[in-house]
Amino acid sequence: MATQAPSAEGSQVTGTGAGGEGEGVRRRDFLNVAAVSFAGVGAVAAVAPLVVQMAPPADVLALSTTEVDISKIQPGQAIKTSWRKQPVFIRNLTPAEIQQANATPLGELRDPQSLADRTKPGRQNWLVTLGVCTHLGCVPLGVGEGENRGPYGGYFCPCHGSAYDTAGRIRTGPAPLNLAVPEYAFKSPTVVQIG
Amino acid sequence: MSFSWAKPYEPKTGLGRWFDERLPLPRLVYGAIGGGYPVPRNLNYFWNFGVLAGAFLMIQIVTGIVLAMWYYSSVDGAFNSVEHIMRDVNAGWMIRYLHMNGASFFFIVTYIHIFRGLYYGSYKAPRELVWMLGLVIYLLMMATAFMGYVLPWGQMSYWGAQVITGFFSAFPVVGEPLRVFLLGGFAPDQAALTRFFSLHYLLPFVIAAVVILHIWALHIPGSSNPTGVDVKTEKDTLPFHPFYTAKDGWFAAAFLALFALVTFFAPNMLGHPDNYIPADPLATPAHIVPEWYFWPFYAILRAFTVDFILPAKLWGVLAMFAAILLLFFLPWLDKSPVRSGSYRPVFKRFFWILVVDVIILGICGVKPVEQPWIAISQVATMYYFLHFLVILPLIAKFETPLPLPNSITESVLHGEAAEAAPAGQSPRPGSVATATAE
Repeated sequence: MATQAPSAEGSQVTGTGAGGEGEGVRRRDFLNVAAVSFAGVGAVAAVAPLVVQMAPPADVLALSTTEVDISKIQPGQAIKTSWRKQPVFIRNLTPAEIQQANATPLGELRDPQSLADRTKPGRQNWLVTLGVCTHLGCVPLGVGEGENRGPYGGYFCPCHGSAYDTAGRIRTGPAPLNLAVPEYAFKSPTVVQIG
Repeated sequence: MSFSWAKPYEPKTGLGRWFDERLPLPRLVYGAIGGGYPVPRNLNYFWNFGVLAGAFLMIQIVTGIVLAMWYYSSVDGAFNSVEHIMRDVNAGWMIRYLHMNGASFFFIVTYIHIFRGLYYGSYKAPRELVWMLGLVIYLLMMATAFMGYVLPWGQMSYWGAQVITGFFSAFPVVGEPLRVFLLGGFAPDQAALTRFFSLHYLLPFVIAAVVILHIWALHIPGSSNPTGVDVKTEKDTLPFHPFYTAKDGWFAAAFLALFALVTFFAPNMLGHPDNYIPADPLATPAHIVPEWYFWPFYAILRAFTVDFILPAKLWGVLAMFAAILLLFFLPWLDKSPVRSGSYRPVFKRFFWILVVDVIILGICGVKPVEQPWIAISQVATMYYFLHFLVILPLIAKFETPLPLPNSITESVLHGEAAEAAPAGQSPRPGSVATATAE
């Protein structure tokens, strides 16, 4: 860039001077930096929409709440429903299962949480969790009648042997965390809104 | 290529040298669009549109790849997926409108680029292959644009596909089976949509490849210039970088501002509202019209209304293809030794008449098929062929061109004694043409 192109300037001033071969910063250096910076800002602005389009579109975000009627679920039963295209387990715990969960000392747990932490006050029998194993994202068994509930009577993920208890807490196997509890609220005694 | 004074690539760092010995890619770029490509010093702004066409091709490819991430190429899902892009995808409306109007602007820029070539004789020796590769690009662009227009599966998409593939049924005997074969059905349907999507994704990359050949072929003789006079000495040229990179850069920014203006304030100005109606195989729109960049050819297609030896339908199709294929023979139809229209007084007039003729054809192409448009399109079509097949060869024979400048430099200096002319190169005062490029 420093070499002057032939006939680029009508009369070439040799020696120092604006635009000449002086030491230090020339006018042209400033112009170069300014032009490249300006183009760089433009390039970033142009790339922005191409990047943000990758994020979830509005229709996917619109699926972020779902309402579930739980009136038909008897104690001891569970259902699998879907929220944000992921399985959600809603389980009506029996008194024995609640008792079993509350009897477990927190010190024994890999991810210490009490059943009360994972349910709504006054509705401890309703366990709402994502049906996504925290190990690698498989769907654990234990919802359907006769499915393997594992050694702790909760859920069991046969893929890699993670066992969850009746509060959906991880007890043995490779999974690091308890089954996640989504944001949810009781719209009425028989309707749960997830999300 | 190039001229003996072209600056050789000199890597400045050890890493640069190491790389250059193994893969001289920076050397290639430097020689193609860097300081190593000497360009005539007198180019006017009509020489900016080639770079702009390349820029729009890149815009189309980038936005198109993103759109393909959201588009469904199914007859049930296509239209809705486009609406989904418009309403739900983040910045989807912008990306789609950029792609939609980018197609139009790509054609605007390309048409200016082509007419620049027609006026300044860019198709003449030694650049015939540059011209022909350009025409190949143009044909590929037309195919790509047509297939892309089908993808949203609106009314104009569907009936456009119906009409264009109908061209092939004009050929006797093989026509109808050929059309069914191309569509993969008896009418445009899932098979046609899916293959159009596949090809619409593929062809831009083929265009990019031919663009590389086009530039390669151009750089053998080097760029032409508004005087049409060959480069003679180093004084006639400037290195592409920084001089033309700067000029191209600022002009691209200005032109993209115009593009943004249309995209953001009148995004549907160049489109047809009927394409926002989902495709209905049982109802044809009142007027099936292609996008504006096809109007002149559509007019030529519809200008033939009488069976004469061959059926009118076939005449129309043949004439339309001939209108483009004709341009491949231009280097031999215009034999005038003078390249630039600036020094050809008769040619210049007829060039502008041709421009007006093509505009008239364009107007006829968008009008309904009724008088007086039919008659006008017939006259204009006749004139189009007359221009290339009769008028151009005759002008080349009988025209007296204006005196050419002795060199590019001399034409730039408008006959003033060239200051500080290098020894051994004395301009001949008094014999300098003062004609300049428009």
